[in-house]
Amino acid sequence: MLSIILILFTSIFFTGIILRTKSITSGRKGPGLMQPIKDVIRLFKKGAIYSETTSIIFRIAPAIYFSTVFMACLVIPFGSYKGIVSFDGDFIFFAYILALGKFFSIISAMDTGSSFEGMGASREALYSMFAEPAFFILIGSFALFTGNTSFHNIFSSLHLGSSITYTLGGLAAFVLIMIAMIENSRMPVDDPKTHLELTMIHEVMILDNSGFDLGLILSTGYLKFAMYGAIIADFFIGGLSFFWAIPLFLIIQIMFAVLVGIIESFMSRFRMNHNPQFILTLSSVSFLIFLGVLLVLDKFV
Amino acid sequence: MINVLIIILLSAVIAVLLVNTKTKGIITVLTVLFIALVSSFYSIKALLGDSYEVILSGTIIFGKVPIIIDSLSAWFILIINFTIITGALYGFNYMKKYSEMKNEITLHCIAFLLVHFALLGICSVQNGFIFLLLWELMALSAFILVIFEHEKPETIKAGFNYLIQSHFSIVFIMLGFIYVAFKTGSYGFDAIVDFSSKQSVLAGTALFLCFFIGFAIKSGFVPFHTWLPYAHPAAPSHVSGIMSGVLIKIGIYGILRMLLLIKTDYTTIGYIILFISLFTGIYGVMLATIQHNLKKLLAYHSVENIGIIGIGIGLGCIGLGASNKWMAILGFSGALLHTLNHSLFKSLLFYSAGNVYQAAHTLNVERLGGLIKKMPQTAVLFLIAAIAICGLPPLNGFISEFLIYGGLYNWLYSANLISLIAMVFSVGGLVLIGGLALLCFTKAFSIVFLGNSRDVHHDEICETGFWQLFPMYLIVSLMIFIGLFPSLFINVLQRPVNLFTHNIVFNPSMIKVGAIDSLQTISWLFFGLLIFVAAVLALRKYLSRKKIIEVGTTWGCGYSNANSKLQYTAGSYVRSYSKLAKPILDIEKNEIKIDEVFPTGKHYETDPYDKIERIFIDNPLKLINKITDPFVFLQNGRLQTYILYGIIFITAIICLPLIIEKIITILHFLNNL
Repeated sequence: MLSIILILFTSIFFTGIILRTKSITSGRKGPGLMQPIKDVIRLFKKGAIYSETTSIIFRIAPAIYFSTVFMACLVIPFGSYKGIVSFDGDFIFFAYILALGKFFSIISAMDTGSSFEGMGASREALYSMFAEPAFFILIGSFALFTGNTSFHNIFSSLHLGSSITYTLGGLAAFVLIMIAMIENSRMPVDDPKTHLELTMIHEVMILDNSGFDLGLILSTGYLKFAMYGAIIADFFIGGLSFFWAIPLFLIIQIMFAVLVGIIESFMSRFRMNHNPQFILTLSSVSFLIFLGVLLVLDKFV
Repeated sequence: MINVLIIILLSAVIAVLLVNTKTKGIITVLTVLFIALVSSFYSIKALLGDSYEVILSGTIIFGKVPIIIDSLSAWFILIINFTIITGALYGFNYMKKYSEMKNEITLHCIAFLLVHFALLGICSVQNGFIFLLLWELMALSAFILVIFEHEKPETIKAGFNYLIQSHFSIVFIMLGFIYVAFKTGSYGFDAIVDFSSKQSVLAGTALFLCFFIGFAIKSGFVPFHTWLPYAHPAAPSHVSGIMSGVLIKIGIYGILRMLLLIKTDYTTIGYIILFISLFTGIYGVMLATIQHNLKKLLAYHSVENIGIIGIGIGLGCIGLGASNKWMAILGFSGALLHTLNHSLFKSLLFYSAGNVYQAAHTLNVERLGGLIKKMPQTAVLFLIAAIAICGLPPLNGFISEFLIYGGLYNWLYSANLISLIAMVFSVGGLVLIGGLALLCFTKAFSIVFLGNSRDVHHDEICETGFWQLFPMYLIVSLMIFIGLFPSLFINVLQRPVNLFTHNIVFNPSMIKVGAIDSLQTISWLFFGLLIFVAAVLALRKYLSRKKIIEVGTTWGCGYSNANSKLQYTAGSYVRSYSKLAKPILDIEKNEIKIDEVFPTGKHYETDPYDKIERIFIDNPLKLINKITDPFVFLQNGRLQTYILYGIIFITAIICLPLIIEKIITILHFLNNL
């Protein structure tokens, strides 16, 4: 229960922090922390315009996209406290329900019959396919490390003791941040602020959405960021009590958001055809973590 | 009971020969329904614990014929019956368009009845000789089903390709049975048990592999899959659905049955099956993604799904070998459930493809588009099946893949280095299969059903009639039911899975990964998802009740004169993928370079081809042709010469022993000198 409340709470200002960081580093005044949420509320109050090419798919897809991310949040624990539900193999459910949302966001982009939205859809499908193995191998490594196969049990029995486990935790955080960047279509894979449709991924997929649907899609993005932030935080707050865990959780989320802002201010986007190589590298890093776990557990005999 | 079934079958076959075209269909459907009902009755009893056993006296040549429906047979019989019934109902309406082809329809109906009977027989008979006879019956009648549109040259070619390859499969299976019969003198399945328990592990493994190759050709494991992508598109859609849904699963049944019979080293076998299956899964889906013929795309997905089933079986075997109880249980139940699931969503996909074909007269996805507005029901059915085949929640595909993942993560506790690394690669492989399937089915669905039409269709495209859609709704409701109430099916599966695991003494130190217990929670989450989506949609309706909802054109990024030619195509959708996968795949591209100053109209073609087919089928065939080419003069088409060959052959047969005898006598004589 606590985790979902904290995730929802963080998602309110997460994107605001990213924008604020970007404006500070580029010397602008920039919008306030609450601006993204205000945008969503404004969109909720608006009417909508649908393309005549679109069908029922286009109208239900945003709702499904939002719901899947929300359902995925339910399995995420808060340190040693369970999420709403927790069961063996819940991370498989997590990954697959997110994939369902992706399926619908892709076909809704294709539903418009546009020449640009297909481009984004194709890229989104390809990149998220490459990012999945990294996630599964990463969680698999920690399942082996802790002997458990649910998010909650993994995180609550994860004790970062020796220096090598710190290395593993750091690498895991790196992989998860990168997965979060890919899933949220952020730098260095995608540039949300680009002005050319040819170079967009996520933004170009939602060109035709408007009103409530667009607001829903934007808020899904915020929620997704906070969700991945929560997983990263869980790596470090495993054994702590409420008193320490909640501030630490918030600090990690804020650090994550600032980091995203800094990355976006100082890095440029990769060339599109370099993206697959980069994403596949993540799987290798995950495999490295797996080998590290084998090393810690003395499996190399 | 069996006599009654055979009599009914034969009288139906004779009746089909006599009556008019419409009644032929009705007789076929009714007979299929009756046979299915009777066999399902015994199967359900078997699944509840009461196996059906009859021993027919047989003849002196092949001995007694035991007919046993145990829980494994029962599971497969139920799968076969369901898909055959939906296939018959769908086919009854589908074939109305071909009602002037009277002779073909007669043959088609008879073959349909025989294929059903042969499939049921294969699942229940426990005598190698009869098994082979039924196997042959199935192969031949399936061949007749495939070549329904025999006036098309590619259909005949695909049919013969299938016929020849399925006979390769028979050769291997026959070799296995005859070898055992030669050693023990009996064709009964119990002889295999006795034989393999007395032999060394190596001999047992070799025997299993012999059977495995035979059954793998039938079920389409890579590199034995090459008949599949030709036969499925060539056949009428209900036959494609049945072939992909149950005919290739009979190979899976064979493999599972042999696992029960042959006592050998399960770990080695498990690794072999796992490796082949991973390769099959990844290769199948990689090729599926670049196909532009809808049915061929689906055929390659059958290869992929056989790979997923195989991963389950492989895991189960490794679990048996390592005495890891939950791994074995999860592996086998995942495999068995996925067999059911695949038969459901794949037949549904093929039936939808059939609807599309009858409406638009093409299966080339690049010429379709926007069908959801003209055929909304077919589109939604296809979409549900597509979600299920990608293994996404809340449908049945997710449940079986979840069980297999559970088995894989259970492997973590059989901790030695090699198994752990194998586990990581299997997980990676399975995830990759899922991701590619998502890429492929978002492509297939959106290019065929969404956007605007990419081609001018001469006839008005309209939705298929209700009775043709009815069997598809049956399938969908079962799929949703499995997705929402998985525990029910897991309970049913306990008995067949127990056949594999009851003999093994399990290592108690293995921790249980409760993937099965999780299913209850997952089904609650699925309900939650559906309710949540409904709530969000209701919220939107409430908020926008007074707002203006407009309809406009698609935003063209400043360009206002867009037409359907500007849409994304299937080729462009997978372009970045096919560029990446180029080294592995075999895509022929004949592109004409533009070098004149004023270029005229140009076009280029890409043609995806199967690299493994080139290596394993085309190149050896070329070699054989090269060797046999010098002897072509023998085949001159003159009857007289052929009679001469016959006489020469007979003379040689008679004379050779005589001559050899004479030579031996002379040698003896010389020795005695």
